[in-house]
Amino acid sequence: MKDVRAKILSNKKISSAYYKMIFDAPYIAKMALPGQFVQIRCSDSLEPLLRRPFSIHRVHGNIEILYETVGIGTEILSSKKEGNRIDVLGPIGNGFILPKTTSIEPRAIIIAGGVGVAPLVYLAEELAKRHIKTIVLIGAKTKDLILCEKDFKKIAHEIYVSTDDGTYGSQGLVSKLFHKILKTTESRFETVVYVCGPHGMLRCIAEICQERNFECQVSLEEKMACGIGVCLGCVVKTKTGNKLACKDGPVFDSSELLW
Amino acid sequence: MGTMMNVKIGKIKLKNPVMAASGTFGYAREFEKLTNLKHIGAIITKTITLNPRVGNPMPRICETSGGMLNAIGLQNEGVDNFIKEKMPYLSKIGIPIIVSISGNNIDEFFILARRLDKIKNISGLELNISCPNIRGEGWSVKGGGLVAQDSKATYEVVKAVRKITGKTIITKLSPNVTDIIEIAKASESAGSDAVSLVNTFLGMAIDINTKKPKLGNITGGLSGPCIKPIALRMVYEVSKNVDIPVIGVGGIMNADDAVEFMLAGAVAVQVGTANFIDPGVCGKIAKGIEDYLKKHKIDRIRDLGLI
Repeated sequence: MKDVRAKILSNKKISSAYYKMIFDAPYIAKMALPGQFVQIRCSDSLEPLLRRPFSIHRVHGNIEILYETVGIGTEILSSKKEGNRIDVLGPIGNGFILPKTTSIEPRAIIIAGGVGVAPLVYLAEELAKRHIKTIVLIGAKTKDLILCEKDFKKIAHEIYVSTDDGTYGSQGLVSKLFHKILKTTESRFETVVYVCGPHGMLRCIAEICQERNFECQVSLEEKMACGIGVCLGCVVKTKTGNKLACKDGPVFDSSELLW
Repeated sequence: MGTMMNVKIGKIKLKNPVMAASGTFGYAREFEKLTNLKHIGAIITKTITLNPRVGNPMPRICETSGGMLNAIGLQNEGVDNFIKEKMPYLSKIGIPIIVSISGNNIDEFFILARRLDKIKNISGLELNISCPNIRGEGWSVKGGGLVAQDSKATYEVVKAVRKITGKTIITKLSPNVTDIIEIAKASESAGSDAVSLVNTFLGMAIDINTKKPKLGNITGGLSGPCIKPIALRMVYEVSKNVDIPVIGVGGIMNADDAVEFMLAGAVAVQVGTANFIDPGVCGKIAKGIEDYLKKHKIDRIRDLGLI
């Protein structure tokens, strides 16, 4: 982990409320693993005061982040121009654990809810490199908010989409889609489920995985101050006591969590 | 850096007056790869208690204008774990280590001090009698308040710790009082070697959409640049009224802020919230103070004061 002054290479609006930023951070790019995140100082002034955590979206020599403008920090970040510099601390945390390629037929199921898709593209790329069969489920409220479908098309074996309002793909929550997919796909695989999205969705997917006896890795989002394990602000309750989303996570085995 | 930046707090000699504040620097190892720890004057470790504490419910932090609220609730693994797991690393850093302690009653403070007194590499103890997130626990202080809100309770705690240890004692004071001078004096007369002020201000924030408090504990401690003017005023007032060193803390983000506290009467400063934003900030502030002294042709930091 290092604190670097990174040069922004591009910062583009990709849909109604989502932006993609690429910045030059060679050390972080070299060290980053899927599921890890960075802490970005959105402004050089004291407003907002704290850094903001962003999942590492993709790593191609540079670091890409995918973010939604939800408050003052991300609003300021969205106004940054190519060539501007930002303080970036990373890579932080424990990311996803890839399936053992020694298992006879590993299969990964990636489930993304809304902007929770952010860390999962990098994961899918790493799975593809290892030739692991990957199924991707993307859920969002409505068609415009479905993210990264094209990115996944290049690397995943099967892609399914659901929208809460039915404007695109199956109608309903992505957990409902997950149920449906499981009924129609073969079960001879050793399955690992990777999921990131709203808390309720994570819980729902974790329950389905538990019933099926699938390993389920969830990426949690918590408000944090430091990101380096000292403020103890991002506590996650687990069966073995308090853990920190920043240092011990953000990815946890769902069976370890006290929901 | 030479000797121009040297300061002394009780028996502790610091290479420079910048200390990392308790609760914002963990047990130092977290910063190992992010900054040169030797550039910091002293490290005050996250408050420990006799027994482990799980802390408060989530959410525990919330950003505010120019600051942040926290309601961690002194989560820690207890003194035994601290000595076994944290001290070996802290001992190796080579700068003074001050251990922040808190207790539910005088006995707990006494037992903690007795245990830590035996450890050579601990330079001093900071008595955290002012954490606003553990109100109403244990103490019989009037109205369920904090020790640092009652001069008699403050006196008794400091006195008990003084009895058992010759190590430097720093008492961390609360700004949530009517007269902070009275509490500082109680601490001084009980034998404290220094006072650090201020701990966080009790505050709260509400989410207007959910209509719920933003913190699980409802209230929390406010820190950051927004509290600096009040902290500065308190440091100014207390330093005129006690003879022991005053350590200034509250919203210090850069060297200018630190110099301001020292001009107000502080012998040293603690940097807290700023560590969350820039893990290298303590060393930068120390360097900045030194640059200031050179620029203003001040030979020794202890000569720094208001005109």
